[in-house]
Amino acid sequence: MTVLRIVPMGSYAGRARAVIERSALVNRRNWLLVVSGVFEPLFYLFALGIGFGGIVGTLTGPDGSPISYAAYVAPGLLAASAMNGAIHDSTFNIFLKLKYAKVYDAMLATPLGPTDVALGETSWSLIRGGIYAAGFLAVMAALGLISSPWALLALPAALLVAFGFAAVGMGAATLMRSWQDFDLILLVQMPMFLFSTTFFPITVYPEPIRIAVECFPLYHGIELMRALTSGAVTWGILGHVAYFAIMVAAGGWFAARRLGTLLLT
Amino acid sequence: MSGVPATVGSVSDDAVLVQADGLVKRFGDFEAVRGVDVKVRRGEAFGFLGPNGAGKSSTMRMIACTSPRTAGELRVLGLDPDRHGPRIRGRLGVVPQQDNLDNELTVRQNLQVYGRYFGLSRHQVRARATELLEFAQLSDRADDQVEPLSGGMKRRLTIARSLVNEPELLLLDEPTTGLDPQARHLLWDKLFRLKQQGVTLIVTTHYMDEAEQLCDRLVVMDGGRIVAEGSPAALIAEHSSREVLELRFPIDQQHHHVPLVEDLAERVEVLPDRLLLYATNGEAVLAAATRRGMRPTSSLVRRATLEDVFLRLTGRTLVD
Ligand SMILES: Nc1ncnc2c1ncn2[C@@H]1O[C@H](COP(=O)(O)OP(=O)(O)OP(=O)(O)O)[C@@H](O)[C@H]1O
Ligand SMILES: [Mg+2]
Repeated sequence: MTVLRIVPMGSYAGRARAVIERSALVNRRNWLLVVSGVFEPLFYLFALGIGFGGIVGTLTGPDGSPISYAAYVAPGLLAASAMNGAIHDSTFNIFLKLKYAKVYDAMLATPLGPTDVALGETSWSLIRGGIYAAGFLAVMAALGLISSPWALLALPAALLVAFGFAAVGMGAATLMRSWQDFDLILLVQMPMFLFSTTFFPITVYPEPIRIAVECFPLYHGIELMRALTSGAVTWGILGHVAYFAIMVAAGGWFAARRLGTLLLT
Repeated sequence: MSGVPATVGSVSDDAVLVQADGLVKRFGDFEAVRGVDVKVRRGEAFGFLGPNGAGKSSTMRMIACTSPRTAGELRVLGLDPDRHGPRIRGRLGVVPQQDNLDNELTVRQNLQVYGRYFGLSRHQVRARATELLEFAQLSDRADDQVEPLSGGMKRRLTIARSLVNEPELLLLDEPTTGLDPQARHLLWDKLFRLKQQGVTLIVTTHYMDEAEQLCDRLVVMDGGRIVAEGSPAALIAEHSSREVLELRFPIDQQHHHVPLVEDLAERVEVLPDRLLLYATNGEAVLAAATRRGMRPTSSLVRRATLEDVFLRLTGRTLVD
């Protein structure tokens, strides 16, 4: 009900579920493709965590105690894959449907409003992201890379991270004019993936760069995830949570508004 | 004249399903709809006629609550589209000018998923889809993808889809464009039947015969404004003579003959391939023209139709 107040009047019918159902139906035919998404972060984990990790040895964990490189890099990959999946779904898929398929036009001739569309599409992306994250966490557990029951919260945390990126990504998708603009997104996404303490601790950076990295959303996602899987949980993680809550609220508000102006001409 | 069927009873104001006063739609600096007033009553079949770019679709989309109005008053089903869009749309059926079927779904799924958008239960949409497949004569293609369907089949599916929620008001933007003659007549028949069941229809079309067949009342739009309004018969009576004499000549010869016959008819229209002479008695005009030595390649006397009204009002080929 609170949603009703922050979205423009008449843009929400409370029926986002029907949009999710559509996605599920469309993806039922190529579920293999959906499932294959689980493997990407796992490949990274094996190549870097296990393979490369063998020559790196141990690192200092978030709480100061030594952890294996695999245990260090795994939560980073979990957060990064949540980001990558969410950005892909919310930019590429949304842009495609906005521009070329008239799927949303048809939806908006029904009681559904732009907010139903935005929520439905994001939820589907989160459902998929949730499956990937669960799979990844299961593998982490099997490899002994989880050292705390807090790790159970890593799943909802992955969803929150994905939600934040999806909301902002969808907002960005509504601003895009052509496929060229996707290069810009990659230009933001790629460095974030490489430098947000995914593969090495923030202590390697000189002060100014460190501050820049601490502004990246993915940095907060990774720190949150690493705290949970290693059990080094402090009140500080609430700051990371707040970061993503703001991304969800601001991105979601912007996306629903922009979708409205784009579609209801 | 109002065209309200007897079964509906007296025309009170709550029987008005669409009321627009001074409706305006602007796209940037361009004004596509410039102050349109219409009133559509329950049970009526109402038509929008007009040349390309007249603003028919823009008006339809405002009524469908998919396009916010720029100015003016609009009530659909008694509600304000700006405030109650979802509630209104839940009771409408919309056939857009351009098919927007879901190419990632099968024919049947298109109907089922669309029904879900309206909040129908899974059970309901299954039953409804089967009925509508029958209606659209697509039962044998039910489990095919939409993409490879022919244009006419897609159109039929779009129309069937618009009925999934059993709408009170059906908006059809050029419903029969792309249909073969047989399919057109079949659709008219179905629309008649819906009308008999009490469904209110709003149709745009370029086909004058379609408008004459379907509409109790219609407006002719041109350049974003309404230029005439009435029942087809009243419009013909008001804007045309009873009969029309068509004279065909070899290409580009028709102009030369205008002075010869000008005074014989109430009005003369020069089309690229023929002259149209408007008169109460077409045969008499033909006889008089023949006496003056006119030898057209062919001649035809017919009753005036909406086509003539359209020509007159939109001035498309009018030569004064
Ligand atoms: N989204 C839009 N942005 C800008 N201009 C538009 C838009 N939609 C329509 N127009 C313009 O508004 C005018 C009226 O268009 P509209 O589609 O309402 O005409 P129409 O009567 O339906 O024509 P047709 O018979 O060709 O379908 C046209 O000049 C068109 O270019
Ligand atoms: Mg049109």
